[in-house]
Amino acid sequence: MIYADNAATTKISEAALKTLIELNQEAWGNPSSLYTYGQKAKEVLEDARADIAGLIGAAPGEIIFTSGGSEADNQAIVSAARLGAKRGKKHIISDTIEHHAVLHTLNRLTDEGFEVTLLDVDQYGLVDPEAVRRAIREDTCLVTVMYANNEIGTIQPVKQIGEICRSKNVLFHTDAVQAMGHIKIDVEQQNIDMLSASGHKFNGPKGTGFLYARKGIRLTNIIDGGAQEKGRRAGTENVPAIAAMAVALKENVDGIDKTSSYVTKMRDKLIEGLSKIPHSVLNGDPKLRLPGNVNFCFEGIEGESLLLLLDDRQIQSSSGSACTSGSLDPSHVLLAIGRVHDVAHGSLRLSIDHNINTDEVDYIVKNVAEVVEYLRGFSPVWRDLVAGKREFVL
Amino acid sequence: MALYSEKVMDHFRNPRNVGVLEDANGIGEVGNLKCGDIMKIYLKVEDDIIEDVKFETFGCGSAIASSSMATELIKGQPVSKARELTNKAVAEALDGLPDYKMHCSVLAEEAIVAALDDYEKKTKGE
Ligand SMILES: Cc1ncc(COP(=O)(O)O)c(C=O)c1O
Ligand code: FES
Repeated sequence: MIYADNAATTKISEAALKTLIELNQEAWGNPSSLYTYGQKAKEVLEDARADIAGLIGAAPGEIIFTSGGSEADNQAIVSAARLGAKRGKKHIISDTIEHHAVLHTLNRLTDEGFEVTLLDVDQYGLVDPEAVRRAIREDTCLVTVMYANNEIGTIQPVKQIGEICRSKNVLFHTDAVQAMGHIKIDVEQQNIDMLSASGHKFNGPKGTGFLYARKGIRLTNIIDGGAQEKGRRAGTENVPAIAAMAVALKENVDGIDKTSSYVTKMRDKLIEGLSKIPHSVLNGDPKLRLPGNVNFCFEGIEGESLLLLLDDRQIQSSSGSACTSGSLDPSHVLLAIGRVHDVAHGSLRLSIDHNINTDEVDYIVKNVAEVVEYLRGFSPVWRDLVAGKREFVL
Repeated sequence: MALYSEKVMDHFRNPRNVGVLEDANGIGEVGNLKCGDIMKIYLKVEDDIIEDVKFETFGCGSAIASSSMATELIKGQPVSKARELTNKAVAEALDGLPDYKMHCSVLAEEAIVAALDDYEKKTKGE
């Protein structure tokens, strides 16, 4: 089986799993309790916080643990909005290819009277920092632009955007769920005020995540209750899982140079092979992209049937086709980079990790090519394209 | 539970009656406004009986399986019987489809109706 859907979730690492199991036996106490078991758990929790902070250039007090990326996104955005509203600033800037955790939170704020500007991206999915500069107004309270896109892998010019925000005194949040543990991140050097991350995207356990918020940024609770996380996030902490997340992040960050150069090599080999399929196109930036992300559109076919047939051939992947979305809309990301509906329909995302080898890359290329050709063989759209009754887009 | 029933997967993996009929006398092509898929049905009708039928589909697993099953259900049937085929019957014959995939079977019903309309238009025109 070749697992090529690491953007959806990753397998927990051996070390993280070991930590998770062991700490459920050794540090299962409630970290809010004052007796020994509680204090042991508290110690583990604070060590994890310090480790994670150290790995991204933050201070421990700037990390709060959440249930994952979605919650961190919600909390960051809502917090900035509440802070802005207090000073009469109710304008937020973002872009069209954000994850729904961001976009839907922004929609909710729009309903509450906030004004949201969604910047367009270019054909590679890049946000222009100068467009951010131009969009900033007197009443802008937040700019939120993702670090790297979950579908097409494009890495945004986060540092430049952060610099502009800082010079204009506007808070800058980045959804780094896909980037964390895969590319180097330093919140200080990259001018990031708030950042969201999710444990299960970097070989940690599911249901873990964290929000980095620069010292002095007052957070609004999304989950009210007890005084955990210094009153910023209620609920008894899942200490073993949080510690396992820290272990996973440390492992990934420690090996990041080696892993990313290897995975990038495999990625580029995949891209080279798949580019040979006629009437196909790479989605996203060829260079400014996540090491493990490959995303293509193949004209004349539909993505769900492609991915199901690849599954039969032991390759697990995903698609931005309307038929796979549940909502029957094609991916908003593919539409935003200019793919027309028909073309977005034939999309395939392969998100690989360090476990892949060159034989497997060759196997994927060969099988994708075969399945695409097979599906085109009975596609009325392909027939019309070949017959000249319809014009090729790709 | 898996996304699709065994039957759906069988028809998706090994679609029956797939391809083109060069000597078709009724052709119907319909598009799905919901998700943008396209289905094309070719009929060869002789003495009011559907002697042969083939399909081409640009769509999801459910759409391909629905086309395959629909063609099996009408092959060898009189035209009047084929007209009665509903998407529900197609879905039932496939041991059910997920709710949000029912519209794919509607596509099959509509493509057959379109092909029958085309056949009748052509033969009446003669
Ligand atoms: C870019 C991005 N943001 C947010 C999320 C949500 O993360 P979680 O599943 O941890 O809530 C995801 C996960 O799919 C993502 O890819
Ligand atoms: S054809 Fe699009 S969902 Fe079935």
